[in-house]
Amino acid sequence: MKNRLLGDIAYARSGDKGSNVNVGIIFKNASDYSNALNSLTEKVIKSYFADMVKGDVIRYELPNLNALNFILNDSLEGGGSETLINDAQGKTFGQAVLMMEIDF
Amino acid sequence: MKTIRVANGQGFWGDSIDAPINLINYGNIDYLTLDYLAEVTMSIMQRQKKKDPENGGYATDFVKLIDLTIHKIVKNNIKIIANAGGVNPEACRRELLKIAKKNNMNLKVAIVTGDDICNNIDNLIDNGQDFKNLDTGKDINSIRDNIYSANVYIDSFSVAEALDLGADIVLCGRISDPGLVVAPCIYEFDWSRDEFDKLASATVAGHIIECGAQCTGGNFSQWMDIEGLDNLGYPIAVITEDGSFNITKPENTGGLINRFTVSEQILYELGDPRQYISPDVCVDFTSFSLNEIGDNVVAVKGVKGSAPTTTYKVSVSYFDGYKASGQLTISGPNAIAKAKKSAEIIWKKLDGIGIKYDKTSTEFLGLSSCHKSLAVTPDIVNEVVLRLGVKSFDSKAVSRFTKELAPLITAGPPGITGFAEGRPRVKEVIAYWPTLIDKKIIKTKAKL
Repeated sequence: MKNRLLGDIAYARSGDKGSNVNVGIIFKNASDYSNALNSLTEKVIKSYFADMVKGDVIRYELPNLNALNFILNDSLEGGGSETLINDAQGKTFGQAVLMMEIDF
Repeated sequence: MKTIRVANGQGFWGDSIDAPINLINYGNIDYLTLDYLAEVTMSIMQRQKKKDPENGGYATDFVKLIDLTIHKIVKNNIKIIANAGGVNPEACRRELLKIAKKNNMNLKVAIVTGDDICNNIDNLIDNGQDFKNLDTGKDINSIRDNIYSANVYIDSFSVAEALDLGADIVLCGRISDPGLVVAPCIYEFDWSRDEFDKLASATVAGHIIECGAQCTGGNFSQWMDIEGLDNLGYPIAVITEDGSFNITKPENTGGLINRFTVSEQILYELGDPRQYISPDVCVDFTSFSLNEIGDNVVAVKGVKGSAPTTTYKVSVSYFDGYKASGQLTISGPNAIAKAKKSAEIIWKKLDGIGIKYDKTSTEFLGLSSCHKSLAVTPDIVNEVVLRLGVKSFDSKAVSRFTKELAPLITAGPPGITGFAEGRPRVKEVIAYWPTLIDKKIIKTKAKL
């Protein structure tokens, strides 16, 4: 299937740890989760967030929740109270990932 | 099997003031937990205490809450565990006892101390604790003279000791957020330090409810399906002595608890799910099952844990310069071009008088400032908000910046507004230094 958005098949929430952001993606069903294991690699997420994430991306799997957890390193220009950017705590990264076009 | 109902009525400093009252009145709860401490809160409290060593340095909101609810708390037999003690739990306790006396009530308030190592930090550094920054690996000596606060995330057994003393209210300083929920379980179920699976399970319960409404339908991707966001129920964990638990909320409240609202919160601020480290236990977040067992009831079973590490996490805050941010609303034809021009004028002017900043930011709110190129933005919009910020160790340089925004209204392109709030404020940058300390060094104490 083509031309779906990740937001059609998954939910997401993001938060901060210092200057890093984590984005949790929860798939509504198990088959989409297993497809995502092949498709949503660290490389794919890093390239999607190319101009938002300066550091590397790490992926963790939570099969019990049909969920993936991505750590996006160095994404908040210092984070916490050090950063000057509006989204200082990476609250909006979860909504950003749901806009991704997917081909599975 | 014995169960207890533990609620969270405050996810952060500034959270809903109605939520804890609603839980006290209608939650049918045994324990109410309240989190007042963000990472920078301790530094604010430390400075309040410096100004007023006797009375400053705790969460005054908590005292107001008890003043409002003391009769219901006693009538409904609810015990409260809060990190409202900040850096001066003694002072907070005194105020609570005054309220009890005023109401002719006998309230037992215990405090837990030992987390605040700020006064001792030089000693600890000199005696070999390196306090390397967990994120950057940097040496503590680079910020040593600028430290505002230093607090250890103490374990939940220290807090359970306060309940052993018969406390109705336990006031702590720093404790891990989920620990507010783990402590009453240790006390009620008499868990020992090596019952890792049970401790891990209560830690997951604590993690799920620690951000209040974030597991009951708040901040949820499918927000359009959530009813009653104006009367959102805050979460209750119904925990059984074997550690398994259900997440629910008071009847007649808005919001939604299902496997997805709970899962979103489980993933919130999560690192490696197999290595979730708390002071009490290491938790495997891939180990458990999640099941919807009724309307707004999700059951969690099978959590696995393992032995905790030999270190506590320490949260150090330090002075890191000054900053200010301000914004202008730019409207009408060519709004984007006018916004860009306005930014250019301000930066050119400050540059022209020779001011340099360590950091600046220029954002155009409304033009995908959060998501950058991920969203297509139209070429023409009728208004945009220009948001500028600077950071410097020179407070005068930052102060000068705050005076350069308003003049644009009369001296820049036309159609600029949105300056009713006045000049932006110069704020101190309080930076956060996460680090570790050997557990053996820390001695906590609970007392009535």
